[in-house]
Amino acid sequence: MTATLFFEQLLNGLQFGVMLFLMSAGLTLVFGVMGLINLAHGSLYMIGAFACAAVVAVTGSFILGLVASFIAAAIAGVLIEALVLRRLYQSGHLDQVIVTFALILVFSEGTRYLFGSTPLYLDIPDALAGTVALPLGIEYPLFRLAIIAAGLVVAAGLFFAVNRTRLGIRIRAGEADREMISALGVDISRLYMVVFALGAALAGFAGALVGAIQSVQVGMGEPVLILAFVVIVIGGIGSIGGALIAAILVGITDTMGRILLPQAFALITDAASANAIGSALASMLIYILMALVLVFRPSGFFGQRV
Amino acid sequence: MRFDSVFTLCAMGALLAVGAYGYLFDEPFVLTLAAKASIFALAGSGLHIALGYGGLVSLGHAAFFGIGGYAAGILASHARNYEVMLTWPVEISGTTSLPIIWLISMLAAGLVSIPIGLVSLRTGGAYFIMITLAFAQMFYYFAISWPAYGGEDGLSFYVRNSVGDLQTMNPWIWFLICYGVLVVALIFIGLMRRSRFGLALAMAKENPVRLANIGVSPRKVLLAAFVLSAIVTGLAGALYADLNRFISPAMLSWHMSGEIMVFVILGGVGRLGGAVVGACLYILLEQVLGGITEYWQLPLGVILIVIVLMGSGGVAGLLDRKGKAHV
Repeated sequence: MTATLFFEQLLNGLQFGVMLFLMSAGLTLVFGVMGLINLAHGSLYMIGAFACAAVVAVTGSFILGLVASFIAAAIAGVLIEALVLRRLYQSGHLDQVIVTFALILVFSEGTRYLFGSTPLYLDIPDALAGTVALPLGIEYPLFRLAIIAAGLVVAAGLFFAVNRTRLGIRIRAGEADREMISALGVDISRLYMVVFALGAALAGFAGALVGAIQSVQVGMGEPVLILAFVVIVIGGIGSIGGALIAAILVGITDTMGRILLPQAFALITDAASANAIGSALASMLIYILMALVLVFRPSGFFGQRV
Repeated sequence: MRFDSVFTLCAMGALLAVGAYGYLFDEPFVLTLAAKASIFALAGSGLHIALGYGGLVSLGHAAFFGIGGYAAGILASHARNYEVMLTWPVEISGTTSLPIIWLISMLAAGLVSIPIGLVSLRTGGAYFIMITLAFAQMFYYFAISWPAYGGEDGLSFYVRNSVGDLQTMNPWIWFLICYGVLVVALIFIGLMRRSRFGLALAMAKENPVRLANIGVSPRKVLLAAFVLSAIVTGLAGALYADLNRFISPAMLSWHMSGEIMVFVILGGVGRLGGAVVGACLYILLEQVLGGITEYWQLPLGVILIVIVLMGSGGVAGLLDRKGKAHV
């Protein structure tokens, strides 16, 4: 393998990891603050992608599409929080799993009803089309680079918001002791709504960005949701820093595994079976990584509670 | 009799009545649905050992369902194509004998559940849900990317496996087999609950510290329950493979895990016959709603949300207002 291909894949892994972080950040915040396990987070991702595709189809502006994805997912998030999930904060995880699973059914079928089953395709905006020349002779698509940049900017903003603002203090206080901060006069139900809307908006934003490189279709959120679970299990539930590190680790492991494992097996066996074994193993790699992390640190890198 | 026994007997009686109706009025479709309900009930009852009695919310039981199914499908397809499965270190060929297939499916599901259980029981609560979900997804992706047994397309084996001269392609006989397996499994689970192990399991869920204090390791008890649960669900997977004469990665998908859990919730957690009622109700809803609209999972989702938010404890909870589920 050439160095160029290697670094190109490394960047792809980074881009994948940044996307996973946007998904995981909301999931881990919602779990940390509200103690809610939300399977329907993947639906918010899908809603963001569809909102972006619909707005781009009408207006032709990708920027407006991104704004729409942000807003649509946040609104959907606030709606399900206020109508359904609010009643589940005191329930056990089993009820939360079933209700959010049912929400996935509702959102997926609803979207299929509105948009049909055929995938939509989002065009990359002209300004971001094409490739850029990076050092080492790498030609890398500008749009993927923009995704990495956008993801890192959002991550930085999130860290600033959580660590340096009044809202962030409340969020962290909510994670530490819910009863105490409501006793101190913070409107806890509004805080919950803000946290939920923020997490939903990040998921929708990620969905729109990924929708432009892949395709926009019903059910696109679930594989990403499960990867986001792997990320927050590795990073430690409730930890944003852990989510960032774990997301990039998972993104790079998955991408590099898919390239490197078949080549590694090609050294010891013939090409066809090397490809089969390598790609089958590569698809399991991040779960093996998760299992290994759990063997040594049962609550992830930065998790406190079990 | 206690409510739980009456509830279970009524549910099983109703299922048998549906099957008998299909037989008497010669409706193979009804018989196939009844067989499917028996199989789903078996899968749900398997999950319920971990979920209801052990309090382990596993969202990864599709892995065991699918592994049981794949074991059955792989054995059958090797036997039909007269291909040896393994030549080294011992020669193993496929088989179409149902008892052997069931045994191997249960063994496969049980063996796989041990490492999954060991890793996921290191944690608890929400971690457990996510980890079991992730491991199931691992097998799903493996089945998709492993081309030997159909990969993404799945694998057909055309004729149901059998034993002796049993005509398993006859829907009535096939229903009776599935129903019989379910009866045996329910008796086994009922006995297990009353056994020393069942009591230890109940305490591992309620008060693990106390259980540890009387000298029983809660983790070992929970692991045993998780493995038993996987074995029963794996057996259901083998039956499901034979029902459709087809296996595909869909059996391993996270959606399947969610459905198996829905069977348990619809019927009522903590009830022996809960999964039976839940599976029957699910198939009934699928038929009724599916007849009204192509998008039947939307109303199904709404119904599920309402049931859980009402906090009724499923059908059993509605019928048994005074009593409390043994959860």
